[in-house]
Amino acid sequence: MKIIILGAGQVGSTVAESLVSEANDITMVDVDPKRLALLQDRLDLRTVVGNASYPSVLVDAGAHDADMVLAVTEHDETNLVACKLAATLFNTPTKIARIRSTEYLIHPEIFSTQNFCVDFAISPEQILTEYIEKLIEFPEALQVLDFAAGRVSLVAVRALEGGALVGQQLQELRKHVPNVDTRVAAIFRKERSLIPEGDTVIEAEDEVFFIAAAEDIRTVMRELRSMDKPVKHVMIAGGGKIGKRLAETLEKDYQVKIIERNYQASERLAAELNSVLVLHGDATDETLLESENIAEMDMFCALTNDDENNIMSALLAKRMGAHKVIALINRSAYVDLVQGSRIDIAISPAQVTIGSLLAYVRHGDVAAVHSLRRGAAEALELVAHGDAKSSNVVGRKIEDIKLPKGATIGAIVRGLPKSEGTLDENLIAEQERVLHGSDGDVQVIIAHHDTVIEQEDHVILFVINRKMIREVEKLFQVNVGFL
Amino acid sequence: MSRLFAVVNVLGQMVLVFGLTMLIPLGLALWGNDGARFAFEESILITMGCGLLMWLATRRYKRELQTRDGFLLVVLIWSVLPVFAMLPLLFCLPELNPSMAYFEAVSGLTATGGTVLSGLDALPPSINLWRGEIVWLGGMGLIVLVVAILPLLGVGGRQMLNAEIPGPMKENKLTPRIAETAKGLWSIYASLTLVCVIAYKWAGMDWFDAVMHAFTTLGLGGFSSHDASYGYWDSPLIESVAIVFMLIAGVNFATHFLAWRAKSLTSYRYDSEIGWYVVIMLISCIGLAFYLWFVDVYTDPLTALRYAAFNVISIATTTGYSNTDYSLWPIFVPLWMLFLSGFCTSSGSTGGGIKMIRIRILYQQVYREIITIMHPNAIIPAKLGRNVIANRVILAVLVFLFVYAASIVSMTLTLTLSGLDVITAFSAAVACINNLGPGLGNVGPANTYASFTDFQIWVCSFAMLLGRLEFFTLLAIFTPAFWRK
Repeated sequence: MKIIILGAGQVGSTVAESLVSEANDITMVDVDPKRLALLQDRLDLRTVVGNASYPSVLVDAGAHDADMVLAVTEHDETNLVACKLAATLFNTPTKIARIRSTEYLIHPEIFSTQNFCVDFAISPEQILTEYIEKLIEFPEALQVLDFAAGRVSLVAVRALEGGALVGQQLQELRKHVPNVDTRVAAIFRKERSLIPEGDTVIEAEDEVFFIAAAEDIRTVMRELRSMDKPVKHVMIAGGGKIGKRLAETLEKDYQVKIIERNYQASERLAAELNSVLVLHGDATDETLLESENIAEMDMFCALTNDDENNIMSALLAKRMGAHKVIALINRSAYVDLVQGSRIDIAISPAQVTIGSLLAYVRHGDVAAVHSLRRGAAEALELVAHGDAKSSNVVGRKIEDIKLPKGATIGAIVRGLPKSEGTLDENLIAEQERVLHGSDGDVQVIIAHHDTVIEQEDHVILFVINRKMIREVEKLFQVNVGFL
Repeated sequence: MSRLFAVVNVLGQMVLVFGLTMLIPLGLALWGNDGARFAFEESILITMGCGLLMWLATRRYKRELQTRDGFLLVVLIWSVLPVFAMLPLLFCLPELNPSMAYFEAVSGLTATGGTVLSGLDALPPSINLWRGEIVWLGGMGLIVLVVAILPLLGVGGRQMLNAEIPGPMKENKLTPRIAETAKGLWSIYASLTLVCVIAYKWAGMDWFDAVMHAFTTLGLGGFSSHDASYGYWDSPLIESVAIVFMLIAGVNFATHFLAWRAKSLTSYRYDSEIGWYVVIMLISCIGLAFYLWFVDVYTDPLTALRYAAFNVISIATTTGYSNTDYSLWPIFVPLWMLFLSGFCTSSGSTGGGIKMIRIRILYQQVYREIITIMHPNAIIPAKLGRNVIANRVILAVLVFLFVYAASIVSMTLTLTLSGLDVITAFSAAVACINNLGPGLGNVGPANTYASFTDFQIWVCSFAMLLGRLEFFTLLAIFTPAFWRK
């Protein structure tokens, strides 16, 4: 695929990195030649220097025969204009824009084909906020990922010494949670992945990924490890875009304190937030943490845009008694560094948000992608098209599907409304869903060896190694004969 | 000196227009032949003559007024117009001395409602109508009226308007042009008055009483054409109408204006004062009714509620009607009512006192201080709804409160020094500064200010102007800095 990426910032570079390795032709556009040079040294791509919202720059970047424009510059306005230009001048089939400001996001109609022609608007801050929100809702989990519009969740937990399942074989799982269907999709032990079989034994400190219907998560989690007490007090370090957004979503249900270093910024925060206590100071200042009762905090989130600061303040908070600490870390080297240290969860913003972009780039009908373990593994939601003759999956039992070793089918969602996925259509589908109240007859089926996949099923797969993704995609593609 | 003349020039035009407003009671006097015809004719002649003289004599000095001139003009208007407003009273009631007449006129224009007259039922109807009319004119503000109907004040009109409209935050313009705002406010005010007239008539008043009382209800003035005030009718229906319109007039007219323009009630939800206003009124009425029933002032709880509700709302909105002599109730109740009159009404309403918005700002500040003790690093903005209040405004509110308290203390002391008992002195000071009207003791609802000496009457007149112009406009005139070149 020929893809133009506008903006070589954090998101742009990460996406480029991940797309280049999947054999796409990438052209990067940015105003900063230094940033582009740096990228070009590292990755096999073309670069164009210039303003992404100028037609001439887009022509230089090869917009005439591009399959996709990915507008991820730091300005929403540039991204919107670039999408509009790509649609008007070059008829580019897929246009994706990063939109940060909620002012635009709350009016989705401005993205429609009559207006800014944005097929998909992604908001990294929003995705990240939702991600962290889930972690606060389920404090036991290391990761909570949604599929099929929130009906199925993939949850990672660390098995603890004394948990009910530690030392047991996986096939015992059914006995422990008799009423709830769940499936272990993968186990990571000391950075190595195990392919879960019926006789695999869970050990303490294992990272277990299990898949279940969204409403069953709590029940399953209770079996896997003793429950933490629900989160009530949250402290956020850093009142930037993410910190503020998180505070906004949390302020109704939790007692939130937010620490911001810049005085003007903290005044603005205090003006915009209602029940959040805004503190002016340094999150690495132990006297401040002490006087604000850090030991009583159920959750401490270090969300400044400074990696070192986040790591230090999270470590400090943990040592001073915060129950659970989360640190936002941009540099992947640091993520590896703190993994398994006293910081409970290290979040790499790029990894969290890239999934939403990857879904649009993949071959075949991919409804959702989540990048796991710093991009090494991936969880995908694929739609099975075709029939028993033309497809390699439809009409077959799961045990008969020739999946590559290391890929497991976790669950199947049947009866989801069909959506080709452009924003317009999704909106309509969503409205209908709300109008008609229920989901209709959507069924969540946890995969067993004898489950048969039907047409239009959403299949949720867990792939231990990214290299297998091409194979999996191929498997799900409909044979040419069908067309 | 040219500065003073320039101000007098505008003042002259205002006096001229003010003379025209006397045509309404003159019309009634002619039509009803009630004997006040000559009083009004003479008053009109004198008023318009003086106005014309002031205008023509200072024609050469006419120029655009500056902010400082604006203060002077506002103070002059509010102190000079009562001189003309009192003329019909003087001419019609020869036994009235000028100090008392001036007090009556100030009490009317500032929408206070404290009176020195008794035997109101026997007064010519046109005099009573005039008393009502000046309450109505002063209630919404004389400058607002002038800005609305006359292009007299030019660009400086905004400052003068701000010097007159009560409340701490006046920056939010409702319309791009100040004259449009003033027109909007007056048309809402006038329409509500019209509705009120019809409601009173429907509830059982005659047309004359309905008009006169609608004037003093919407202006939150409290003048009545009967000595017994609302006790004259003894009708729960009329009292309910009064309660509704007093409550309406106690709300910011800008909010009414926005609601009317948008044809929806949402603006009331975003008004930062209404919530507390309604809750405090409700709790006070029910609480005091229960108390009156509990201590056996009234044996029937519904009767207790009727008297409590009417008098509490009348006093709390600084109107000053009564339907019974509440000064005979246990002292806690009238004191509570006086206390409410200090702050219940909204900024931009026709009521007096500190205004609810200042109390809310103050509450925010107290809350801020308490949280800051617990969290020294916390940043807590004082907020009204979703708007952050600037520290400058908070400071201004604190200073306002200090001046308010200091005024009440010094007025009380002055009045006590002049020989009044402490309850009378204190309640008169509070009632005048809050533009409320009746107090307790010798100035209670059953009595009038007629027993006061001239000195005490002048102190009270000054207090009413002080309260109406919210202290600073009037006090500024008395500072040497104001007169420095």
